[in-house]
Amino acid sequence: MKTVIHMLLTLTFIGIVSGGLLSQISEWAEPKIEEHRKAETARAIYLVQPEAKSYERITNVDFEVYKVFDEMKNSIGFALPYEGNGFQGKIRLMVGLNDELNKLKGLQILEQVETPGLGTKITEENFLKQFLNLSAQPMVNWVKAVPPEKQNEIQTITGATISSKAVVIILNDGIKKLRDAEKDGGVK
Amino acid sequence: MKNKVTIIKEYTKGIWQSNPVFKQILGMCPTLAVTVSAINGIAMALATTFVLVFSSFIISSVRKLIPTQVRIASYIVVIATFVTIVDLVMKAQFPELSKSLGPYIPLIVVNCIILGRQEAFSSKNTPLRSVVDALGMGSGFLIALFMLGSIRELLGSRTILGFQLLPDFYEPWLVMILPAGAFLTLGLMLAFFNNLSLHKKKSDNDKLIAKYLKTKTAADFVIEENK
Repeated sequence: MKTVIHMLLTLTFIGIVSGGLLSQISEWAEPKIEEHRKAETARAIYLVQPEAKSYERITNVDFEVYKVFDEMKNSIGFALPYEGNGFQGKIRLMVGLNDELNKLKGLQILEQVETPGLGTKITEENFLKQFLNLSAQPMVNWVKAVPPEKQNEIQTITGATISSKAVVIILNDGIKKLRDAEKDGGVK
Repeated sequence: MKNKVTIIKEYTKGIWQSNPVFKQILGMCPTLAVTVSAINGIAMALATTFVLVFSSFIISSVRKLIPTQVRIASYIVVIATFVTIVDLVMKAQFPELSKSLGPYIPLIVVNCIILGRQEAFSSKNTPLRSVVDALGMGSGFLIALFMLGSIRELLGSRTILGFQLLPDFYEPWLVMILPAGAFLTLGLMLAFFNNLSLHKKKSDNDKLIAKYLKTKTAADFVIEENK
């Protein structure tokens, strides 16, 4: 019985000390981590919406999306972070769209765990620049091994077809969700 | 018997004689997973050393107060506390590094080097010796991870610590930054170091035999003279 009490007391004591210490550290670290996250979001928004000067989070939808303004405070479109499955894990991207939701202003990959050297090419300029001013009407589409002919087509990367397709699929899912939200009531 | 081991020996054994990676083959998960570049290896090893030193200190200080039945649970809580501290501090101060190490920082909790040292060393030794031992093990881990990371980074992306060392015409071996490259490099390094210590053992043996033969012939000589 004595050992049991001793055991309980030891573990309780260690638990309390550890919990107390961690809550102190977390109190100090949490605002900094939040700041980094915000700075990263802002950086990505300005990359996908090059003319943007300020942005605002839209609050009446259940997913994360930002309205973007130019220096005159006129709305110039949306920045939409969205994620989905890639070849090996989640791909998280940020896409810039115009007000009518039919044209892409830019695309950035925020997080990915694709195959180094192959799938990771989706983060490179050569792939991403295809999305500049790309039409999303009716949806973005991909072609394989030949240069794209239509306004809404991009060419997949050789050796990374699945990753390239995944990006396009995630993109289309995100655009569709935003269009649906716009249809039933609009986004503010 | 314990006190015969000097403090210096306590430190250096972690680097070579019982190097956690090359000799004890512990902590393989972070060793293989994060060493795509030298800087990742260094960061991982430093984080591990931090956790190792502080948990060794705490655990060896309270080693007589912890009942044996709950010692592992207590060790894990202490280790987890320090790992969470490292994780939070890294996220707050070095967001880029923390991103590239991803889930491997929280996974230090289950790194067997740390729990292994607590069970094998800190729970039986004084705080000073435990801290020295932890520093030694940490240095050994750092050397191993830095070597592995440098080799993989050099062959896989031409650079070490971000400085380009191989010329542009060298085509990077993609396999080196893939998981397979980690296994290949580690296997070859283990073979190399085992071979080295085998040779050392053999030459030590030869020296001992030569010395013995010398004394023997001298002794025989003396005996014969006495006759």
